[in-house]
Amino acid sequence: MRIAVLSGKGGTGKTLVSVNLAVVAKKSIYIDCDVEEPNGHLFFKPMVTEEKEISMQIPKVDEAICNGCRKCVDFCKFNALAYIKGKIIVFDDVCHSCGGCMILCPQKAISGRNKSIGKIRAGSSDGVVVYTGILNTGEASGVPIIKELLSGIESEHNKTIFIDCPPGSACIVMESIKDADYCILVAEPTLFGVHNLNMVYELVKLFNKPFGAVLNKCLEGENPAEKFCIEKDIRILGKIPFDRQLGTLNSNAKIAVKENKKYEEQFSTLLDAIIKEAPYETATNT
Amino acid sequence: MRIAIPSDEKNIDSSICVSFGRTPYFLIYDTDTKIREFIDNSTAASSGGAGIKAAQILVDEKTDALITPRCGENAADVLKSADIKIYKSISSSIKDNIDAFVSGKLCLLDEIHPGFHGHRK
Amino acid sequence: MKQLLILSGKGGTGKTTIASAFIKLSDTKAYADCDVDAPNLHLITQQVSEPKKTDYYGLSKAEIDTVLCIACGKCMENCRFDAISTEVIYQVDYFACEGCGVCEAVCPVKAISLKPAVAGELMLYVNGKKVFSTAQLRMGNGNSGLLVSEVKKQMKNASGKVDIALIDGSPGIGCPVIASISGVDMVLIIAEPSVSGISDMERIIKTATKFGTKIAVCINKYDTNLENTDKIEEYCIEQGLPFAGKIPFDQDAVKAVNNGYSIVDIDCPSGTATKEIYTKTIKILLNEMVG
Repeated sequence: MRIAVLSGKGGTGKTLVSVNLAVVAKKSIYIDCDVEEPNGHLFFKPMVTEEKEISMQIPKVDEAICNGCRKCVDFCKFNALAYIKGKIIVFDDVCHSCGGCMILCPQKAISGRNKSIGKIRAGSSDGVVVYTGILNTGEASGVPIIKELLSGIESEHNKTIFIDCPPGSACIVMESIKDADYCILVAEPTLFGVHNLNMVYELVKLFNKPFGAVLNKCLEGENPAEKFCIEKDIRILGKIPFDRQLGTLNSNAKIAVKENKKYEEQFSTLLDAIIKEAPYETATNT
Repeated sequence: MRIAIPSDEKNIDSSICVSFGRTPYFLIYDTDTKIREFIDNSTAASSGGAGIKAAQILVDEKTDALITPRCGENAADVLKSADIKIYKSISSSIKDNIDAFVSGKLCLLDEIHPGFHGHRK
Repeated sequence: MKQLLILSGKGGTGKTTIASAFIKLSDTKAYADCDVDAPNLHLITQQVSEPKKTDYYGLSKAEIDTVLCIACGKCMENCRFDAISTEVIYQVDYFACEGCGVCEAVCPVKAISLKPAVAGELMLYVNGKKVFSTAQLRMGNGNSGLLVSEVKKQMKNASGKVDIALIDGSPGIGCPVIASISGVDMVLIIAEPSVSGISDMERIIKTATKFGTKIAVCINKYDTNLENTDKIEEYCIEQGLPFAGKIPFDQDAVKAVNNGYSIVDIDCPSGTATKEIYTKTIKILLNEMVG
């Protein structure tokens, strides 16, 4: 079963939840899809067994064949090509790798060359298989890396897959939840938290994914995120109380459930609630 | 010599636009004939690569030099390949800059900044 | 007009809470929210009127005219983004489409065209002499960098004579952050004392340094990890960056925010610390202090 963990904004506890759930689930796979700023590996410190380079195709112009018609320059919607003093210059960082120039060149003077945009690292940490996607700084889109991360994983029998999604609701998030069976929305108990929760709530509804909420950093008093969930009839899977000790462990990149029985129990209870809820939801949606 | 200056408006009293790639207009001034021409920058609203396209426009207009407060690295590459010199502007007034250029008071622009990469998702 | 930008690198550090406090303290007549993916500033700055809204157009998206379509499949074959599918009819996945125009170019019957797509909305709140510029990017859209630039432009164009303008930046280190930094006079980085927070802070400093803007650093929720707080202070000394101060974790801050007002409106530890940081930051901005 593939469980995606998302939130509207960074800092709500996506990684805290996905990392700790993956550990209490014992036989599990953790995939870090936050390719711009992957953090999961800081907690797992996995032993890396494999590294794969991810690349995309950038145009290469054969000057001998090019006749300067400029069809490619005029076609490119991203302004990645320029024609100066009889030569085509390609701007790698702006190119979206759509292949249009290659298809349209009447002389067939353009071919593709590979440009690395990032990598995927596979490893393990105490029984959890850890996949990390890393986008090179300055690269435009992490979508190709996420596509590769999620397609390469065979759904192994008995292993739950936890997908640590990027924050927000942009294309990289959509790509991360595309094949998820169930989504966990992590929310914090602030006015901002609700606003951001609403964003991912709209997203999972749009993609018709079954989902539930985990309220993190809960304090005493009114919880606007809880109120929102009740209003919108969103199943609250669990509440993680605000806990300085937990915060400190997390800020030191320590896996809470390994450090203290209290947290192991907390996250086990949460995992049980999810397992109970998820298959039922998945079944009713098919 | 044909010099280009990014301009906020279509008149000589306008201020220089701080963004080369997204300037709404370019003033093309011919120092020999003293003729002024304003051209539209069709690329101002592009999602990405605006600097590259704007530089291509100047190449196609057979410009010899550009006066601008700053310039991104991609645009600079295009201009340098075309042997178009890039000068650093001195004030926000187009008129002042033309005068300074003609009297040889302008310096070449050294600090080229990294591009605003990846206007994608 | 001097522009002060507040950035954090990592999300959830308290950027918006602190930015709103600064807005209150400075009584600025011009401020903006550049976090166009998830704008929050309007929730805490008590706007009294409806904003002026403007559609923001991003990438054009492809549309297939099913009447003209002959179902040859050439579009789907050539789309590098898996944006075209066919169940009953050939159609374009709005979110996956990158507006490259390849399908439009290869379609033998001209059944596909790129149409401008509304990617978001710009909003301008005007209250007397105060202007507040913000925007919301629609779900699944890129181009946030360009929208950020539009938000700042909108603020500049609408404001009168203003000494200091305050900008709440976007989280992360990518394009929208770079667009936020462009043209501002100073960046105040709110750092979180955690391993990931420090890593993100360093990446932001690297980016801001390239632009030659003044930089200062402060720490929020510093007492959640004193060791990391020390590490950050040491790093600032090493790099020669002014350290503007540190704010303790404060439950009263959450209460204030949830009730829609800023931490400097009430008497609380985070409010007091923020006031000191504000004073120091403004002095650096106005060249009254090297820091």
